[in-house]
Amino acid sequence: MQMLALRSDQMIKAEQKPIEEILTYLDPYKKILLSGCGACVTVCHAGGEKEVSLLASSLKMARNLTGKPLEIQEITPARQCEPEFAEEIVEIVEKTEGVEAVLSLSCGIGVQTLARFLTKTPVIPGVNTVFMGETVSHGVWEERCQACGNCLLERTGGVCPIARCSKQLLNGPCGGSSKGKCEIRQETDCAWQLIYDRLKSLGQLDKLREVIPAKNWGTESRDKGPRRIVREDLKI
Amino acid sequence: MKAGSNLEKVFTQGHFAVTAELGPPKGNDTNVIQKKVDFLRGYVDAVNVTDNQTAIVRMSSIAACSFVIQMGMEPVMQMVCRDRNRIAMQSDIFGASALGIRNILCLTGDHHTFGNQVNAKNVHDLDSVQLIDMVRTMRDNQTLLGGEDKIEGEIKMFIGAAANPFADPFEFRAVRTAKKADAGVDFIQTQCIYDMDRFKEWMKMIRDLGVHEKVHIMAGVTPLKSAGMARYMAKNVAGIIIPDALIDRMAKAQKGADEGINICVEQIQELREIEGVHGIHLMAIEWEHMVGRIVEAAGLLPRPQVEQDSGEKV
Repeated sequence: MQMLALRSDQMIKAEQKPIEEILTYLDPYKKILLSGCGACVTVCHAGGEKEVSLLASSLKMARNLTGKPLEIQEITPARQCEPEFAEEIVEIVEKTEGVEAVLSLSCGIGVQTLARFLTKTPVIPGVNTVFMGETVSHGVWEERCQACGNCLLERTGGVCPIARCSKQLLNGPCGGSSKGKCEIRQETDCAWQLIYDRLKSLGQLDKLREVIPAKNWGTESRDKGPRRIVREDLKI
Repeated sequence: MKAGSNLEKVFTQGHFAVTAELGPPKGNDTNVIQKKVDFLRGYVDAVNVTDNQTAIVRMSSIAACSFVIQMGMEPVMQMVCRDRNRIAMQSDIFGASALGIRNILCLTGDHHTFGNQVNAKNVHDLDSVQLIDMVRTMRDNQTLLGGEDKIEGEIKMFIGAAANPFADPFEFRAVRTAKKADAGVDFIQTQCIYDMDRFKEWMKMIRDLGVHEKVHIMAGVTPLKSAGMARYMAKNVAGIIIPDALIDRMAKAQKGADEGINICVEQIQELREIEGVHGIHLMAIEWEHMVGRIVEAAGLLPRPQVEQDSGEKV
């Protein structure tokens, strides 16, 4: 077991996949490397060192019952999504005899970083990456940003209707906003009620009178393939 | 005339307009449309054809509207932002206009999880305010949204939208309608009204903002069928308020349906007296055969015969 680092990123939220689904993916293999991640998924208790250890035990027990034991090597790098850590995992896979696949409890980014480096070994996702969000209270996380690439929080009092309105409305609440809640679920706050309340307390209600024109979704609508940031000043 | 529709003429000639709602079939059975049209013909100035309301898959609004025209009535085509992006919407507006549709109602759309395709990806490329602005641009500038691209032909659409005075935050509801007016809406239909005090308060805000001078407000009414229906709606439908007094009146009535109609007629008469209310929109859900009775009892017959343009399909 290795813990390689210090910093803790935490905005990405994930949930472990059902064990039955993971077992289906692992069916062809006898020996795997199970990799967690010390960053976001550790903070949301989906794929940190502790979850790696628990899942490894459960998987081994389940496979023993079927008479097809599974050997599992465990590792939790600081951040699976960074090439330097990914390279270390590649080294481990190459040095450890018989590792046929990697099960990753990192977010979808980490899975793809590993897949980029591990050219001949399948990398299987063990979690579903769900959203970028914040901790609302202990054990409760909620989406806050969809990385639309064109931030409009200044106009909406610091509450994002893209991430938090169930219809992504830009010009105010629909007819289903009732007593502060969204019609789709009683526990869901109406984003536009939050925006209204916030702008009211800021004395900026006049902002709600302006029509926000049709949004340029170019930043998230696959018009240039995956989005990319290139900083010439930082290139080596 | 912006579009030359019957509904537009009824308004501009100063009549009190009446529209009703028609839900297309959950399939391709045009007899369903025919039956509803037959119930409504002669009683309303135009019929509102829903666009997959409550996210239940039905025949497309545009196709159903086309049948309504063939059957001799004028449709108002509802268009929701839930299922199409701006490319598909503009394309459908071309087609609708070519088919003779002259009224469009621009809506956000009920959330897809209320319907029968809960795993769908909802679109909401535009919101309803932006959709209004787009149709207005197509009609008045004869270009596509955000572009210099000229449209071949003319898009004649009388533009409508919805307003819900009973949703929250209440103080923002009239402002949202004012935004729709700024975006270019010609008429507004409201959510069903049962709480008359709150509606009157909203109308006052509308008048204070001067919106009633720019757009025709149509008050939405839905006859209650029973006390059970009233209780269910009050409890389960977000954005609908039904005062207890009305529910009690329904509960005490010997024939709930008759009482529901009496209440509806009284409401229409009260709504007609409010400054800025230029019509009613009757949402008699799967009760289309009652529309005639209600309109007649409310003293809204006969419907005005407005002069039609030559060559117009309607």
